Amino acid sequence: MKSVENNKKHWRQRAYRSRYLLMMMMVPFLYLIIFQYVPMYGVQIAFRDYNPYVGILKSPWVGFAHFIDFFQSTYFFRLLRNTLTISLLQLIVAFPAAVILALMINELQNKLIQRAVQTIAYLPHFISTVVVAGLVLSVLSTRTGIVNQAIKALGMEEISFMTQSKMFPFIILFAEIWQNTGWGSIIYLAAMTAIDPALYEAAIVDGASRWEQVWNITLPCILPTIIIQFILKVGGLFTVGYQKILLLYNPQIYENADVIGTYVYRRGLMGLEYSFGAAVDLFNTVLNLIMLLVFNAICRKVSDTSLW
Amino acid sequence: MKTQKLSVGDKIFKTANGLLLIIFCALILYPLLWIVSGSFSDPFALMTGKVHLWPVNPTLRLYKVVFMHPDIWTSYGNTIVYTIVGTFISVALTCLAAYPLSRQEFFGKKFFTAVLMITMFFSGGMIPTFLLVQQLNMLDTIWAIVLPGSMSVYNTIVMRTFFITTIPKDLEDSAFLDGANDIQFFGKIALPLSKAIMAVMVLFYGVTHWNSWFSAFLYMSSRERYPLQLILREILIQGNTSIAGGGGDNDLIGEGVKFATMVVATVPIMCLYPFLQKYFTKGVMIGSLKG
Repeated sequence: MKSVENNKKHWRQRAYRSRYLLMMMMVPFLYLIIFQYVPMYGVQIAFRDYNPYVGILKSPWVGFAHFIDFFQSTYFFRLLRNTLTISLLQLIVAFPAAVILALMINELQNKLIQRAVQTIAYLPHFISTVVVAGLVLSVLSTRTGIVNQAIKALGMEEISFMTQSKMFPFIILFAEIWQNTGWGSIIYLAAMTAIDPALYEAAIVDGASRWEQVWNITLPCILPTIIIQFILKVGGLFTVGYQKILLLYNPQIYENADVIGTYVYRRGLMGLEYSFGAAVDLFNTVLNLIMLLVFNAICRKVSDTSLW
Repeated sequence: MKTQKLSVGDKIFKTANGLLLIIFCALILYPLLWIVSGSFSDPFALMTGKVHLWPVNPTLRLYKVVFMHPDIWTSYGNTIVYTIVGTFISVALTCLAAYPLSRQEFFGKKFFTAVLMITMFFSGGMIPTFLLVQQLNMLDTIWAIVLPGSMSVYNTIVMRTFFITTIPKDLEDSAFLDGANDIQFFGKIALPLSKAIMAVMVLFYGVTHWNSWFSAFLYMSSRERYPLQLILREILIQGNTSIAGGGGDNDLIGEGVKFATMVVATVPIMCLYPFLQKYFTKGVMIGSLKG
């Protein structure tokens, strides 16, 4: 009994001793409550019929009606398919590209060249989404774009990229690779700096070629980092960067370009169907959360590396 | 030591690696070079596809059109204000959270960490956030741009890791013996020791605020309060280049105006970039340490 009392006292004392730190923490804490947790609480409009005149709490409950509406609409399958296509393409192509780039940069012996390549590779990351979208449109434009100029120089018919629905996922993929492969490689390069040089020395003594060193030393050493990044990517499989899509798509190519994020914006905010939009968005968030939890559990079982 | 002879296989490997990296760098740089060259070229040459690498008949005509655009200057000014205010708020929030969370015996550390981390995996989403901004009467004001989403969990963790590794307990203890409290210690000792990470944070957040367009797109309705990125969207994406020049050759110079606009909007960041790059990399490096 005495120890409980002691603990209680200890508890108060510890809180009192941390009072200044608590005071500091209060500012970001209140910020998070207002700008993150209040919207989380507001997510309940997904289960209500939101009426702006009476407010969130007085709008009538409708249960899962909006979700059922969404699941039964023709958009459901299309949005899911497009979102998955675009993000799977990125997972399969853009994700390994960053790892490969890091391995290649790491193989450069000359530090000066290494730095130059890194400087160039990271550069597009700092260009704004709007400018990158503008760049994509200009590069692919039918009359003046360099891609079509090259196509015409090869004697082929010019391609109208932005009106062909099937091309869109690949255009987004290329834009993503162009802008973020370099930046994505930093984290692997950081992991590589932690590899013990003695491993390479031993491998050289054993007569391992450079390729064998990459395959048998560098890659296994950064594998935990790769797994963590992979889990995070899979956890976001149903969130594609819809901002770029919102800038680049047009009604002509909605068939393959419309994703969950853009649909929430169009129907929910533009169409003023707040409750319906919030329901679609919530469905998306929950889907992501499930993916993250499942994949994290699998990775923990299989490889001992996981987020938590 | 390093005078080992390379085997044939290693030579091939090295050459292939170098070649592929050269191609990669060329693919990154070529579109940028093309845009810059195009922006300095004769618009007619651009329209007929004569610009490939270097400017053709160099002229500043396109830039004159851009600088005469009625909204470019106002929005440029707005963006500068939003970036400064936004970066200040972001960095302040990040510091105030990161420092307590980095202290070993901070009461409630686990709780506050959880409050922070949950926001990384779950959020209210676009519409509840919009309704909140509306409720707070912040629509069409600077606060709608600088407040929601201005605190990054990732950056907070980076900063916390930095504080853990650079501000040792002994230092704190000796300051406390001299009668300082946590806030005084933070302001007078911890912050001055953290200039490097502060630079990283100012840059991370600064670039994000400069480049951001979506919150303005959602929340702003008055044109005179638009940030640069929204005006860019009109010019680059919606192809609205005609307000600028007047006269019949708008169609002719439209594409060129886009090029010059892209350059004007990106120049400030590109000028700073070479000097800042090492800080950015450092930030990501610290972040990749498990804290």
